[in-house]
Amino acid sequence: MDTTMVERRPALTVLGHLVMWLGVAIVAFPLYLAFVASSHTAVEIVQAPMPLLPGSNLWETYKTALLGGGEGAGSTAPVARMMWVSLVTALVIAIGKIAISLLSAFAIVYFRFPLKNVFFWAIFVTLMLPVEVRIMPTYKVVADLGLLDTYAGLTVPLIASATATFLFRQFFLTVPDELVEAARMDGAGPMRFFKDILLPLSRTSIAALFVIQFIYGWNQYLWPLLATTSEDMYPVVIGIKRMIAGGDAANDWNVVMATALLAMLPPALVVILMQKWFVKGLVDSEK
Amino acid sequence: MGAISLRKVEKTYGQGAKAVKVIHGVDAEIADGEFIVIVGPSGCGKSTLLRMVAGLEEITGGEIAIGERVVNALEPAARDIAMVFQNYALYPHMSVFDNMAYGLKIAKVSKAEIEQRVQKAAQILELGGLLERRPRELSGGQRQRVAMGRAIVRQPQVFLFDEPLSNLDAKLRAQTRLEIRKLHQELGVTSLFVTHDQVEAMTLAQRMIVMNGGRIEQIGSPEEVYQAPATTFVARFIRSPPMNLLLGQAEGARFTLGGQALPLPRAAPRNGPLLLGVRPEHAQMQCDGAGQAPLWPMQVEMVEMLGAERLVYGRLGGAAFTLRIEGTLTPPRPGEALMLQVQGQRLHWFDAQSGQRVR
Repeated sequence: MDTTMVERRPALTVLGHLVMWLGVAIVAFPLYLAFVASSHTAVEIVQAPMPLLPGSNLWETYKTALLGGGEGAGSTAPVARMMWVSLVTALVIAIGKIAISLLSAFAIVYFRFPLKNVFFWAIFVTLMLPVEVRIMPTYKVVADLGLLDTYAGLTVPLIASATATFLFRQFFLTVPDELVEAARMDGAGPMRFFKDILLPLSRTSIAALFVIQFIYGWNQYLWPLLATTSEDMYPVVIGIKRMIAGGDAANDWNVVMATALLAMLPPALVVILMQKWFVKGLVDSEK
Repeated sequence: MGAISLRKVEKTYGQGAKAVKVIHGVDAEIADGEFIVIVGPSGCGKSTLLRMVAGLEEITGGEIAIGERVVNALEPAARDIAMVFQNYALYPHMSVFDNMAYGLKIAKVSKAEIEQRVQKAAQILELGGLLERRPRELSGGQRQRVAMGRAIVRQPQVFLFDEPLSNLDAKLRAQTRLEIRKLHQELGVTSLFVTHDQVEAMTLAQRMIVMNGGRIEQIGSPEEVYQAPATTFVARFIRSPPMNLLLGQAEGARFTLGGQALPLPRAAPRNGPLLLGVRPEHAQMQCDGAGQAPLWPMQVEMVEMLGAERLVYGRLGGAAFTLRIEGTLTPPRPGEALMLQVQGQRLHWFDAQSGQRVR
């Protein structure tokens, strides 16, 4: 076993573990602090030194956060509603992106049509035009269509995705031609082939993309900031910001922390639940 | 029923000045129930021809008829054919059963009928216990049988095979070859089988089509192709090691090459420059020099042992010559001179320019 890459030196092992634990601490400590803060009352956590052990106000804090009506100087809108808005937005963006990218990649890989390359490059070029770059014209369009403060306004401008189209295109190109031909011999038309063969084969890629795009949609900040003006259409990411009043005002830091933790929960859940598929989709080449 | 007619079939890729013609007007008539092997070196157009019959490639010229129907404009699924692909092309996410049933489901065959047809095919191919498995859980040979099963359940007029054995190891290949023959005897369905392997072609074919450079060189039974190759290409392509071809001047019962006159056991069909073909297994060594004249002198350069036989490489009248001898015979030594004897009916004559057989 001397020839393997694994070295058996206790000192190195200890060092390795130290580095890892340090890394874990750096990532986990702020989360722990947020949790501790959310379990105290607003008065308790502003005292120095800040308590490092959980308090007894946990349920109260989360109830206040979810249902609204806190004492803080900033926004006291109910977080439950914001979570709902965020969830719908993220789901629509993720599913919409996947659906549109699958179809456009399917068209680009499997069909011959005039100006096919032009269309491909047109899609490709949009990679250079993220929302931040085209935010003014996009805002103008959405506003003129009367889509401000609607789910459509929050999601549609973010749905078109060159990245996902490109990813599916690359995947479809690796599907052997013989499979396409076998399906043709079996009498499967294009849409039948798409539904019965391509979709099932793409499921791991779809899962990986879903995770990435769900988090992308959930974490949107700049666009919802412009596209929404009413309290009941704010996603939770904006909600956190609005809870914090500027200046010397007294903020309900426990509620803010609770909201932050709540906002982290769904993306974390998606990652954990889809982890197996996600990894498979990124590394697997099984066809 | 399942007869196939190829009439002046042509295939051109590209258009205008960039057009490349890969099939140059192929004519062939294949009878119902025949097992035909299309054989040729890579790039000879054999797969393209098969794919044109399958409907996977457009036909640029001429027409193809299956049964009485010209199929040029028909989709593959409407041609009443089934194809076995080189890499099997099984749907990886479907069970063996679903792989075989997929085409029938699309054709809206009733559930009971699908079940019955798949079970029957599975029984013929001994896939009974594997119906619930996925393709990746099968061995190469089993996948190959599933691919054949998928073709069988459709009960087509014609089976098309595109080098289906090339991904199997030698032992499995020989075994599958037998199975395919047995299957053909049982079902009696017209079969077109493409391969680059001449052994596969010889053993499977009732008739074989030898192709080269987008043209048919010869159509005939394996015996005909072996005993009377129509061109020098066929002569050298079928059987390994290939036929020896000697370029020289024929004059009556004498053949002159490299300044050396060889006596012929039987007069050449005509005088003038000709190619003389002799298969390595058809020349005999005359060690004691006492055999029947005429004898040809051969200079030995190298000997290879293949077990049952030996290959002797050397020169005859300045040209390379290969001889095949029994492994039990005492082999000649490099540098030694041999006397060879060939019987008159074992000589093949070809035109020196066109390479066509001269009778």
